Amino acid sequence: MLRVDISKQLGEFTLAASFESEGRVTGLFGASGSGKTSLINIIAGLLRPDRGTIVIDGETVDDSAAGIHIPAYRRRIGYVFQDARLFPHLDVGRNLDYGRRMNGLTEDPAQRKRVVDLLDIGSLLDRRPGKLSGGERQRVALGRALLSKPRLLLLDEPLGALDEGRKLEILPYLVRLRDEAGVPMVYVSHDAAELRQLATQIVMLRHGRVTAFGGVKVLTSGA
Amino acid sequence: MFEISPTEWTAILLSLRVAIIATLVATPFGIALAWLLARRDFWGKSLLDAFVHLPLVLPPVVTGYLLLLTFGKRGLVGGWLAEHLGIVFAFRWTGAALACGVMSFPLLVRPIRLSIEAIDRRLEQAAETLGAAPWRVFATVTLPLALPGILAGMVLGFAKAIGEFGATITFVSNIPGETQTISSAIYSLIQTPDGDTAAARLVIISVVLAVGALVAAEVFARRATARLHGQ
Repeated sequence: MLRVDISKQLGEFTLAASFESEGRVTGLFGASGSGKTSLINIIAGLLRPDRGTIVIDGETVDDSAAGIHIPAYRRRIGYVFQDARLFPHLDVGRNLDYGRRMNGLTEDPAQRKRVVDLLDIGSLLDRRPGKLSGGERQRVALGRALLSKPRLLLLDEPLGALDEGRKLEILPYLVRLRDEAGVPMVYVSHDAAELRQLATQIVMLRHGRVTAFGGVKVLTSGA
Repeated sequence: MFEISPTEWTAILLSLRVAIIATLVATPFGIALAWLLARRDFWGKSLLDAFVHLPLVLPPVVTGYLLLLTFGKRGLVGGWLAEHLGIVFAFRWTGAALACGVMSFPLLVRPIRLSIEAIDRRLEQAAETLGAAPWRVFATVTLPLALPGILAGMVLGFAKAIGEFGATITFVSNIPGETQTISSAIYSLIQTPDGDTAAARLVIISVVLAVGALVAAEVFARRATARLHGQ
């Protein structure tokens, strides 16, 4: 499903990660500064690794030896950022349709309705992102990423900017997403409790290296 | 006093035409250059930046003279254009538009550049992860988000173009009906013994146009900003 074997020098920091994941939700766990976000940006194609390979769904999207680096916009990935990053000049409906339009996909009202219902954002469609709460924004961001029909969904601390109450509001949606959307996910977090609820596999990062890999129980032993 | 003579009308309409054409033609170049200056690092960038600002600091008569040397009939570029494409700038209204475009260019570029610099690049990254190729990111995210700056630049450029005098009169002279804009008409009128009233009329008109442009810029910018921030 996802095979990563890369290294990247970022100033003084060296990121060298290698893992292979078949899980529905791969949790990337580590403290801040462990290289989680850089790693997920490399998987997304926003950063280019100095060396190594990345294979998504059988397709090699990075191979430094062969000079392959498929840009982010052709990777067919979805990316949910910590800070939502909705387009402020488009209403929620048009934010949701953005990925479909950019990928030249035909309209799929049934799928759109499914995602809108799954995330409970039907009442927000005509609103501008500026008028949404943090939790609503993050749900729209999830929907926007899903509707571009990605083959891999990357989530970088999607709950990181929310307070405890809001986190509990979003978490059930993420669980539903995992169980119903059928898109494999890479979920970055520094919160072990969050990952225990969501992840099916854990990649533990420390100082830019993978220190443990396995089921969610590595969270108790390693952290 | 408020009877506008045909000559004055001609000058007013010519000024409007010259300023509108100058602004419309300069805007795509202005956007491209603003983007380049805001987003790219390349050798000679500060030189290019200084070159763009040159019309702002050079005496307009110098800019006009340089335009004459370059785009005049025997000028390096002007000669070629006249011979191969049949485009003539010298002593034509098109030359006035060129002079106005060059003179207002720095004012056009600056607000656009600032608004592009202010755009959150993480939004462009988000667009990229959603499958938007670089040019579509530009068209669907960068450009609409820069719109307030683009409008502000266009109006400012227009206001500058409509008042331009020195470079225009040096480059294309002061020919009624062809290159005589409001500014050069005022200049002619105040040199004729009984031209005071007519000059006063044109002065009032240019003040109205300038203030109108500034008010329009303010309104456009405010609306566009409100639109962008989700109101």
